[in-house]
Amino acid sequence: MPGTIQSIERAAAILRLLSGRARRMGVVDIAGELGLSKGTVHGLLRTLQQEGFIEQDAESGKYQLGAALLHMGSSYLDGNELRTRALNWSDSLATRSREAVRIGTLLDDKVLIVHHVFRPDDSLQTLEVGSLLPAHATAVGKVLLADHLYVAAELARSGLEGFTDATITDPDRLERELTRIRNQGWAADIGELVPGQVSYAAPIVDRRGLTVGAMGIFGPPERLLAARQPRPDLLSYVREGARSVSRELGAIPW
Amino acid sequence: MSERYVAAIDQGTASSRCLVFDRSARLVSVAQKEHHHIFPRPGWVEHDAMEIWDNVEEVVEGALSAAQLSDSDLVGVGIANQRESTLVWDRATGEPVHNAINWQDTRTDQLVRELAGDAGVDRYRERTGLPLTTYFSGPKVRWLLDHVPDLRRRAEAGEVLFGTIDSWLIWRLTGRHLTDVTNASRTMLMNLHTLDWDEVLLEELGVPRAMLPEIRPSAEVYGEAGSGPLEGVPVAAALGDQQAALFGQACFAPGQAKCTYGTGSFLLFNTGAQPVTSRSGLITTLACRVGPEPPTYALEGSIAVTGALVQWLRDNIGVIDSAPEIETLARTVEDNGGCYFVPAFSGLFAPHWRGDARGVIAGLTSYITKGHLARAVLEATAWQTLEVVEAINGDAGMDLRMLRVDGGMTANNLLMQILADVLDVPVVRPIVAETVSLGAAYAAGLAVGFWPDEDALQANWHKAAEWLPHMDPAKRARGYRKWRKAVARTVDWLDEDDELETV
Repeated sequence: MPGTIQSIERAAAILRLLSGRARRMGVVDIAGELGLSKGTVHGLLRTLQQEGFIEQDAESGKYQLGAALLHMGSSYLDGNELRTRALNWSDSLATRSREAVRIGTLLDDKVLIVHHVFRPDDSLQTLEVGSLLPAHATAVGKVLLADHLYVAAELARSGLEGFTDATITDPDRLERELTRIRNQGWAADIGELVPGQVSYAAPIVDRRGLTVGAMGIFGPPERLLAARQPRPDLLSYVREGARSVSRELGAIPW
Repeated sequence: MSERYVAAIDQGTASSRCLVFDRSARLVSVAQKEHHHIFPRPGWVEHDAMEIWDNVEEVVEGALSAAQLSDSDLVGVGIANQRESTLVWDRATGEPVHNAINWQDTRTDQLVRELAGDAGVDRYRERTGLPLTTYFSGPKVRWLLDHVPDLRRRAEAGEVLFGTIDSWLIWRLTGRHLTDVTNASRTMLMNLHTLDWDEVLLEELGVPRAMLPEIRPSAEVYGEAGSGPLEGVPVAAALGDQQAALFGQACFAPGQAKCTYGTGSFLLFNTGAQPVTSRSGLITTLACRVGPEPPTYALEGSIAVTGALVQWLRDNIGVIDSAPEIETLARTVEDNGGCYFVPAFSGLFAPHWRGDARGVIAGLTSYITKGHLARAVLEATAWQTLEVVEAINGDAGMDLRMLRVDGGMTANNLLMQILADVLDVPVVRPIVAETVSLGAAYAAGLAVGFWPDEDALQANWHKAAEWLPHMDPAKRARGYRKWRKAVARTVDWLDEDDELETV
């Protein structure tokens, strides 16, 4: 077995550390955690920073994962933070659309539901926060995949599971679908996960233009479809809602 | 017929806001402006009442123009306001004679102690529902009468007027000098049973009746606004902000309760048509009075440190970068690891009332991580709520069945689940988070017939989320026992000679 390269191992250890709980750490903390000298860690950090894998917070001087990594994998915006920032807009979307709202982020190759607002009709509903959904079979998931093609490719390689007749299981079709979603700025799932359930979603973008989550509504086709197509009024509520959350996160207003 | 709207002015401690709602209680527009805090001395907090009035006009204009509405689109406007803050102004010129004294201001500390005398802080509890503390308006007016030159003579001559912020805004808008029952119930001058100014209290606090506003229902057309962005719009409601939140949460029936989770938290429990005098140091207050209908009362328990503890963990200790991150951190562990955090930063409030207590982190072992600490911080809010709920259940003789929640901390799912577990009742977040403004809008809308009755408002109230209790009763009992042991360890910390450093 060929020998391993120590500096890459150490760089990987730093990235792993920064992707963990702490997420933002100073040189001393990292050195202490890895049992390395401050000088060594500093050199590694400088290289990683040049490559865009980490960045230094201007205010605290601490290091965090950088944008280059985000383009490769899933986002690191704390889901709880996202929910807090999105709360007013998700409530408003539920009120306007009179449908249930959910916000998801990518967790590995799945969608983690970080926020759920009940459909405002006082029917019996259960909070779905914390549940995992397949990314290629939900509107929220497809919006996220469209901006994280690396994840989509991985998912396609490991096989696209079919849930209904409408689920996209062909990698080429998924690729075309994701291109379309990226261009039009929204996604729809018409019975692709559960027969008789429709969902739409639009991307939530942060100040760097990265898709950090997706917000959408879900419900039965009788209410969400007109002539088998997404209803334009509901779709515009979803897109406006997601734009409002993006604005809240500091994305350029538009 | 074109769509009509109702506006709410939310004049709060930090800012003034105007929100516009449609008939289905959907938020259509909002504008906000902060005002300055004036700190003339340690413990003193004042506002410039003219600045507040200017800001109110500005945000009303802002909210209307943002939604491309004009005064003619509005059926009415309601006011929700910071409670207890006190103002005296000149009847002829409309100029304040002094800055408004904010509710947090402690300048009446000595005065309040003198009033309590040997009878203690509960001296006026039966009459007013309030303990003698620095918050309430009566002693603040008395301070102004004692300290502003010639003010007492002018007050007796009817040349100057007293009011809380609702009165000030209504007077500015309509030219009438009045206040609503909920605000009046925080002055310590109103008799809780007659709903009129109390001669004995006026005498003992030395406040001339000539300067007092007329006490009116919370929902009633007080008059039409004069010139300005609301010209001709009926001014149709006023409520203290926490009472407005209770109304906005549609807690119209006895036994219904809401808690607003912010820096501190306020729990109000509707006790129906009769005031309930608390035996556990809670406040008895007016919940609302709609027109000529009988008033409803509430018990109120406040918790000084809830969101403030999360901020403390972020700003003073630094284990989290933002408040929402506490949930992430707390979810790294399964439970509190035996750790309890009692944030008695400036003593214990309801129902303990121990000023000599200070904060404690109990149950520390080498096993405890920052995750456990984060959990203990969240649990502190839940246990403190339970203490208030138990006190209320005992005083009111009825049990809380469900807690309606609002405020910033309701975004924290883990906290809401812990709250449901600890209280052993469902915790429900409504879909319109702006409960304070909505309550004022509801009251105004009822007064002008925009909504026919409370049933119509109830129909607008929808769950956005619900957390059901799952905790094993034995585990809850053990947790509460430990919490109470931790609370017991906070008391008797302050010594006589500490006083100077801490005040």
